[in-house]
Amino acid sequence: MSALTSVTAANFEAEVLKSTTPVLVDFWAEWCGPCKAVGPVLEEIAKDNGGKIKIVKLNTDDESAIAMKYGIVSIPTMNVFVNGEIVKSIVGAKPKPALLKDLAEYL
Amino acid sequence: MSEIHELIIVGSGPAGYTAAIYAARAELNPIVYEGSVTAGGALMNTTEVENFPGFPTGIMGPDLMDNLRKQALRFGAKLVTDDIVSMKLDGEIKILEDGSGNTLQAKAVILATGSAYKEIGLPNEKRLSGRGVSWCATCDGFFFRDQEIAVVGGGDSAMEEANFLTRFASKVTVIHRRDSLRASKIMAERAMANPKIEFVWNTEVTDILGEQKVNALKLRNLVTGEESERAFSALFVAIGHTPRSELLVGAVDLDGEGYVQVEGRSTRTNLRGVFACGDLVDHTYRQAITAAGSGCQAALDAERFLATLE
Repeated sequence: MSALTSVTAANFEAEVLKSTTPVLVDFWAEWCGPCKAVGPVLEEIAKDNGGKIKIVKLNTDDESAIAMKYGIVSIPTMNVFVNGEIVKSIVGAKPKPALLKDLAEYL
Repeated sequence: MSEIHELIIVGSGPAGYTAAIYAARAELNPIVYEGSVTAGGALMNTTEVENFPGFPTGIMGPDLMDNLRKQALRFGAKLVTDDIVSMKLDGEIKILEDGSGNTLQAKAVILATGSAYKEIGLPNEKRLSGRGVSWCATCDGFFFRDQEIAVVGGGDSAMEEANFLTRFASKVTVIHRRDSLRASKIMAERAMANPKIEFVWNTEVTDILGEQKVNALKLRNLVTGEESERAFSALFVAIGHTPRSELLVGAVDLDGEGYVQVEGRSTRTNLRGVFACGDLVDHTYRQAITAAGSGCQAALDAERFLATLE
């Protein structure tokens, strides 16, 4: 089980859209190999950068309406939200150094 | 960085894990760099593997890799979920650096980094990647329920993707440059018999259209030269693989296509103590079982090499 918070339709607004810190939403699903591979990397990044960025997970099977709303057609997709807007979209599993580089301005 | 290891294995598909099983049983205490997000290799993104001997009813790709991994662990291989980011392989002692900044030393190295998917090379391919252009049907097929999908390619991977995608898509169109398939008979026949799959022969994709998402493809018939445009909401690319040898350029001998060159039927590279196996060396067969077989050979070659040092 992941150490990261799961977001759903019930808490998406509070956890993501109204967050005062940047939030990375990891759109994933159980059947997606690369999603499982990148999960622990995101957990590490969350642990190392606690106060600066919040990382949460959204299961696209359980929360397909949100996934559809944000036009997700490939997973893992990692969208960074600031003030409720997507400011960055990363598609596909990447090693930690590459993700840290993509996320540098939010860390 | 004081300790000098006997053997480091870089990569973790069927080749890397099999090398690890053999090397661990030979008490070489191998360290396996599995890859931070690529552990298990290409089979992690497949569904049913029907042709790996010993599994008469088939086995899921990720389950097969998990089994190999457990088998390596059972004999004491040390598995590290990280990447090797640089290698100095020409000395007596090989020096490797991992993605967390650790430097390791070893007397022998087995290279088993496998292959990566090939891109078509179209300007819009990167821009629309993750927006309808995909290389992973098992990851992304789900998002195209009841839509029309194109698959480009004519080999086993293309047929597997096409068949898999018919679970979701209203229709799957296979676009292939030739007038016959390279795929194995059983895979080709299965795709041909699938009522949801249409074949477009002798045709190449010349452009991928769409602002935010893929909405159409430009096609050219290679026989008549005729150009056309067809609506699709996704393009799955399955035109083959290239060896993952970027880190090895200038370090070991590669052939013109980037495959590591090995001596005869062995896994020996041009550098003493450096061995290579799996898709990284294999132009021809590229199967899970041949990769596993060559991983076994690499471990035996490494074991014999290490014995000469004592």
